[in-house]
Amino acid sequence: MAPKLGTLMFPGESIDDLKTDKNGKTILGPGLRRTYAAIHIIKAGILQFKEPNEYWIESPEKRYIATKGDSVIGIVTQRTGDAFRIDIGASEQASLSYMAFEGATKKNRPDVKVGDIIYARLQVANKDMEPELVCMDSTGRSNGYGVIRDGGFMIKCPLHHIRRILRPNCPLLKTLGDMMPYETAVGINGRIWVKGRSTIETITIANIISDSEHCSDSDMKTFVKSRVHALSGLH
Amino acid sequence: MAAESRETKTQLSRNLLGMKFMQRSAARKEYEKNELNQQRVIDDEHWVLDIPTLEQDESQYVVESSYAKLNSLQFGRQSYQKFNPEIEKLMQINNAEKDLAEAEEREKEIGVSDDEMTERYSSLVGTISKKFAKKRHKSDGQINTSKDTDTSSAKRMKKKHKKQFMKPSDD
Repeated sequence: MAPKLGTLMFPGESIDDLKTDKNGKTILGPGLRRTYAAIHIIKAGILQFKEPNEYWIESPEKRYIATKGDSVIGIVTQRTGDAFRIDIGASEQASLSYMAFEGATKKNRPDVKVGDIIYARLQVANKDMEPELVCMDSTGRSNGYGVIRDGGFMIKCPLHHIRRILRPNCPLLKTLGDMMPYETAVGINGRIWVKGRSTIETITIANIISDSEHCSDSDMKTFVKSRVHALSGLH
Repeated sequence: MAAESRETKTQLSRNLLGMKFMQRSAARKEYEKNELNQQRVIDDEHWVLDIPTLEQDESQYVVESSYAKLNSLQFGRQSYQKFNPEIEKLMQINNAEKDLAEAEEREKEIGVSDDEMTERYSSLVGTISKKFAKKRHKSDGQINTSKDTDTSSAKRMKKKHKKQFMKPSDD
């Protein structure tokens, strides 16, 4: 059966006639699994396709599964001998080495306390091992990763909403940014940290982000504007 | 064979190896010797299953479990209206990189690849040279096939009289 793009698929259905790239390869994303005979759907959701050869299933989700390369927000829960234990909302806590920070040495340990929130990248993530985080890129620079300090507010969102927010054509963060200065850290594990100029602004931004889940892209601008204008009466 | 090559090497005397500054060397020698012995033991008792090696067919499918890559998601750290200049700078760099990559991709689609270029050029060179060759042949009043152009052109050079300025007729 040829893949029906953009339609709802159920676990157990199979697809074939998938497109390949020049090297004859097809990329299977989450929700698709290869058996000997065919490609099977293992998750209920909408079948997505990206040129030239990528297929995956997109579905509403709340449970995060650690994936290598994801940028996530974690909460420090424990300090052990040479690593921190970080809660990233996955089935298991992740570990974060003391040395995985910019400029960290054996003598010069990073200033991280239990309860801090951390923006980090998943270096190791597979189903049989404990996930490992790092707070720097391959060149040893922090590049936006690290402990998130100085207040702000962290909220939780469904994973599909987070993915939508980070898509390049999503107008939400940009429209908000046009209306007021703020800073944000978006973790693919369903956590968003925001910080505005004042507490009221921070709360407004957080509320707008979590309420925009069911708002279409075309309505987003008017939605954000109306919510921000409502705020002006409070000052 | 390894033992032979070791024998041909200059041997250090036992006294020398016993000296304090040679200790590391001595230890290494000892280690090498042990390793060689171990290797021999394995070689003698080593046995292999006499079955054909499993041929791994290269799969057509590649598994990519990251939603971020599939959706080409933006980096999650963002700042607007100079709230955090550091992050803003990072965003600019990221965006510039992305734009560059996109532009390159577009270029690749629209533009001409190196292979196509060489293909086209080689055929173009052929046609143009043919054109010129024909003209010269015409002036000579003889038609050559492309095969013997080399020899014919050599002949032509001999036949061709020296170029010189022709005086215009005065009327």
